[in-house]
Amino acid sequence: MSVATTDPAPPAPAAPSALGEVAIDVEGLSKSFGGRVVVNDLSMRVMRGQIYGFLGPNGSGKTTTIRMLCGLLTPDSGTGTCLGYDILTQAREIRRYVGYMTQRFSLYQDLSVRENLEFVARLYGVPHPEQAAQAELERLGLKGRGHQLAGELSGGWKQRLALGACILPGPELLLLDEPTAGVDPKARREFWAQIHELAAGGLTVLVSTHYMDEAERCHEIAYIAYGHLLAQGTVQQVIAQSGLSTWTVDTVGLTGREAGLAVAGLSRVLTENVGVDMVAPFGTSLHISGRDAEALEAAIAPYRTDPRYVWRKEAPTLEDVFIDLMSRSRDEMR
Amino acid sequence: MSERHLDPGRGGGRDSGAGRGAGVAGFFARVRAMMVKEFIQLMRDRVTFATMIMIPLLQLILFGFAINTTPRNLPTAVFSHENTDLSRAVLAALKNTAFFSYVREVHSADEAEHLIRSGEVLFFVEIPAGFERDVRRGDKPQILVAADATDPIGSANALAALAGVINTALAHDRFVDAPGENAFQIVQHRRYNPAGTSQLNIVPGLLGTILTMTMLIFTALSVTREIERGTMESLLAMPIHPVEIMLGKILPYVSVGILQAFLIVAAGMLLFGVPLEGSVLLLVAATLLFIVVNLSIGYTFSTLAQNQLQAVQMSFMFFLPSILLSGFMFPFSGMPLWARVLGEGLPLTHYLRMVRGVMLKGATFPDLQVDAAALVALMLVAMTVAVARFRQTLD
Repeated sequence: MSVATTDPAPPAPAAPSALGEVAIDVEGLSKSFGGRVVVNDLSMRVMRGQIYGFLGPNGSGKTTTIRMLCGLLTPDSGTGTCLGYDILTQAREIRRYVGYMTQRFSLYQDLSVRENLEFVARLYGVPHPEQAAQAELERLGLKGRGHQLAGELSGGWKQRLALGACILPGPELLLLDEPTAGVDPKARREFWAQIHELAAGGLTVLVSTHYMDEAERCHEIAYIAYGHLLAQGTVQQVIAQSGLSTWTVDTVGLTGREAGLAVAGLSRVLTENVGVDMVAPFGTSLHISGRDAEALEAAIAPYRTDPRYVWRKEAPTLEDVFIDLMSRSRDEMR
Repeated sequence: MSERHLDPGRGGGRDSGAGRGAGVAGFFARVRAMMVKEFIQLMRDRVTFATMIMIPLLQLILFGFAINTTPRNLPTAVFSHENTDLSRAVLAALKNTAFFSYVREVHSADEAEHLIRSGEVLFFVEIPAGFERDVRRGDKPQILVAADATDPIGSANALAALAGVINTALAHDRFVDAPGENAFQIVQHRRYNPAGTSQLNIVPGLLGTILTMTMLIFTALSVTREIERGTMESLLAMPIHPVEIMLGKILPYVSVGILQAFLIVAAGMLLFGVPLEGSVLLLVAATLLFIVVNLSIGYTFSTLAQNQLQAVQMSFMFFLPSILLSGFMFPFSGMPLWARVLGEGLPLTHYLRMVRGVMLKGATFPDLQVDAAALVALMLVAMTVAVARFRQTLD
């Protein structure tokens, strides 16, 4: 990426956007569509300059929350501010300083790359829109494709262009709704490098994603399921808060299909035990997790003497934690 | 470049940023941005653009050349029971009018009946026996005229002409005796269109209907298209006001409408000799106003419809009564009161009065001000509804 990383970017203590200040601060946001609660009593706080990951299964209310933050949806209840502006009454101001990248590509497919950027620059009142668009083209590495219709770009380039269009007006907060869905690993890595550079420059980024590796690239994360915010904090905090204990089982002296069968057999018997909340196979090893550490140890005790297996107590992964949170909240919903 | 994105002092720039895009300059900048975008999209959609140019020309040529509500050369049969000077004079007079292509003589009522039923002739004139004698005696004999009235407009004009022709023949060609007062009573007055040519009336009418149809549909699609393509979500997240979106979407089509109007008027004058009696400026002003009214109404439909199909259907719901009740198809004054009230609510009604007035009668502004005011009122209503209905959120 051509974003200058060498730029020391002296932290100007300009009052409204100084680091350490709150960028998003919302309390008790709720939204329902046709009687179905999509977001329920959601409160969150994002500091300026932070990369905040927003995780959760499909239909958990991530997009709805993001839309409420930038004034595209009016919350049924709740209050809050975004960049110091009231999300209920100052949507117009918020729009000026927020770059929102939609889940679906929403630039004009029948406009060229350059025309799209110029359109955005003009709408935001960027001085010298033509030059600004040209500069953005060069920064995006799309210089030779300025004349190409946006609809003809590949998925990765579309994503890059969409992000470029969000950044062009110089926002203070980026809201990115599943920006890397359907993008190849290399483009994803470049994307995240860019996000980190932007955040280093003081931009606040809220990004929703499905990918666990992406969650681990965020400064802080929030996990939302069925409209409820279930956990938030740094990755380490979220894992520690989960209270989950995890064991990993490897097979000894078995290879290939035999090892697979042994793991599958163990998985079947363990699942039925009280104290075992989650069993997940990873190749020829098994992740076994439980909320009650003692009950889990009691459950696995009979199998720990089996010479075919090697047992190891480990920290749960973020995925273990999320799946547990999800199944727990589903149980509570019932 | 990078400084712009990475400068953490961007917050410091907020002060200048807050001023950015504010005020009147910002308003025009955003409307312009929207216009440029719409214009590029319009030009890039070749098929649509070609359609917009072809529709007026095709319609004009089809209507102008093919459709004539005062048909000529209508096939006519004559059954004459006598061969006298008078009957020959009537036949000669018929032959002399352009309405009747040739006069075919038949020798029985049945034969004539058959011809008219099969559609071979549209008119059948029967001159009774003793016609000349009765006329000379002043007995006012009856001439039977049967017309194929399945097309009432076409036959009515010819029928009216027929009566006149016969009266004239009786009066002037031969006879001393006055054929009676009523013979001269059928007098056709065709002011502004003495020849009764339909084109004179149809060209201004077409100008109105074509503008209604194209302008309505193009803006009716504009908002729903953005919603269907998913671009509306981005647009709404940007700092632009609904009024700015509306103006930015309407204005590019004004130039298209003007282009269409120019094509229609030019073709009408060159091909059909339609006069332009009044002021060109007045015609342009009235047309501009009418274009904006239709664009506003189309845009209103666009904010009401859920998708493009609904928007098109709404446009047609509006377009059909416009054609039927505006005076384009049928005379306005001949309609019942409720239909006239409805018609007054349609922009086409007012525009037709204005454009026919300016082009054919040389009307001036004082003649048109009531209709102009009505158009302005309709435009304001449509724009208000559109802005009120435009959803600034996705709720």
